[in-house]
Amino acid sequence: MKIIDRSDFTALISELIAEDPREVVGVQADGDGYVFDSLESASDLAFEYDLTRLSPKKYVMPQRETLLTYRRDAGAADYEMRAEADPTGRIIVGVHPYDLAAIRQLDKIFIDTLHDEPYRRKRENSVLIGLTMQDVADTCFAASMDTASIESGYDLMVTELDDEFAVDIGTFEGDQLLESVPTRNATSEEIDRVETIETDLEAEFERGLDFPPAELPSLLEASYDDMDFWEAYAEQCLSCGTCNVVCPTCFCFSVDMVRELDGDSGRQERRWDGCLLEDFATVAQGENFREEVAQRHRHRFMRKGWYIYERYGDIACVGCGRCTAHCVAGVADPCEVYNELREAQHA
Amino acid sequence: MRSHADPQFARGEREYQPVEGQIVWVETYTDDDKLFVIDLPDGIDLDHEPGQFVQLFVPGVGEAPFSIASSPTKDGPFELCIRAVGNVTNAIHDLESGDTVGIRGPYGTGFDVDALAGEDLLFVAGGIGLAPLRSIINYALDRPGEFGELTTLYGCTEPAEQLFPDELAAWADSPIMDYHETVDGVPAGQEWDGNTGVITSLIPPLDFDPATTVALVCGPPVMYRFVIKSLRENGLPDERIYLSLERNMHCGRGLCGHCQLNELYVCLDGPVFNYTTVRDKEEAEV
Repeated sequence: MKIIDRSDFTALISELIAEDPREVVGVQADGDGYVFDSLESASDLAFEYDLTRLSPKKYVMPQRETLLTYRRDAGAADYEMRAEADPTGRIIVGVHPYDLAAIRQLDKIFIDTLHDEPYRRKRENSVLIGLTMQDVADTCFAASMDTASIESGYDLMVTELDDEFAVDIGTFEGDQLLESVPTRNATSEEIDRVETIETDLEAEFERGLDFPPAELPSLLEASYDDMDFWEAYAEQCLSCGTCNVVCPTCFCFSVDMVRELDGDSGRQERRWDGCLLEDFATVAQGENFREEVAQRHRHRFMRKGWYIYERYGDIACVGCGRCTAHCVAGVADPCEVYNELREAQHA
Repeated sequence: MRSHADPQFARGEREYQPVEGQIVWVETYTDDDKLFVIDLPDGIDLDHEPGQFVQLFVPGVGEAPFSIASSPTKDGPFELCIRAVGNVTNAIHDLESGDTVGIRGPYGTGFDVDALAGEDLLFVAGGIGLAPLRSIINYALDRPGEFGELTTLYGCTEPAEQLFPDELAAWADSPIMDYHETVDGVPAGQEWDGNTGVITSLIPPLDFDPATTVALVCGPPVMYRFVIKSLRENGLPDERIYLSLERNMHCGRGLCGHCQLNELYVCLDGPVFNYTTVRDKEEAEV
């Protein structure tokens, strides 16, 4: 672990903004909340934020991106079709551990398992500078999901200590970034202090899963047929898909045709889609395999706590609390739903 | 059953790059159904398993998944039977011989022909469900001796809905396959002198041996639910029933989520499933 002066860290970010060909993005105040956005100045960085509206997933899996372009010369019969994979990486500053955990899950799926080129290129060209949490959003329950701190998945992990920062180097690229600024090795007291900050943070969480997340798959499997439970929640659900949109681990998408006005060219785009939306599971002749809102509502919770675990070994809820914060109907909260299911099972 | 070690996952890069295919023949079967025969450029063989699907991309129109209707035993162009039921498929129906389309795939888990070797095969198709099954029906017909007795049951709502009429006639005369067909009803103006009634009415008279028979079923949910029920009532064990399921794949590669069936991805784990894999899944609608 290294120690870097606050002024040197600011200088490093300023230098990256000025010199690195990549866009530098970071957490900034925006109205009454926080967002990840392009950094114009290192002084805009918010170190004591609680939760951003959207996660940095949007940089490696943008809301819309081109998968394929096609064109033909005017009057020609045949089209040329070309797969596209936007390689634009970014330097992403201030990522909390739960969002790093979410990206690590997406890496496993999009890079290690299913080889998605558009995702891989953006991800591998990006730098993740993590930030130890100092403030906890009311809706966040990351500590109980074991994602309030993290040991990997970042290039650098920064912890604010008064006028200095402790920096844990996660990758060779992270190490290279630090070369241009003065650093010193952390003392054992400073290393202890970082651990204390992480440990003390756990007490800041006002809510959490009442049981180990590893028990979620079997709990959900046992709760699948409890339609009374799911329908009670779904009664208020608007099927708006906001919970999907703000989730850092949701990765479903639609593929749409976008035609240019010349009639000879266009592209296939993928855009974020959500399993709460009514037609998500509809097939060509109108059969909808999740027609009822309760089925869609249940599917999301099953996917987060059970289905993804079955396939990839991860609980696909990192406890950020975004869905809870943004659900207009107040029914998207995994912490509440899972705790209630658990209580019902043990009643 | 085949796993994810299939070639499409090993290709890695350029997963969304279609191969340019050329439509070399279009056959019209009904008002809504056409067969498209598609040739790939020199040296590229689709190399599919019976039951797998491709993503068909039409510039300016869109992309959709289709089960491959031809057998891999047939060299050269492959075939897709496409029903016009939406924007993409309506536009595909306007395509003609000579037009270019994009092909991705083949994708998914098809029929495991090695595991089926030596078994009596009972094909049960409802409506356009014949298209995916035709890939393995013709596979079995092209490899006499590899399987036991072959039987095909084909049910349509009405005579005019029948696909592949020349092949149906050939199957009816085939010395190596027992073929039965039925229609739910005969609207005025259509001619029919065969069986009338739902497809399940063809099952009891077969008197198949449950110990040596494997049923391969494809059709709409309302059809396969009752077919499975009847097969089980006639003694066929669950593990001897295979289904090919239809879902709305957008990516074909296990990512987009549209085809998810409980924890299964139909595009990876299916579209062909053993019945025991899906019998307890609510979203399979079996």
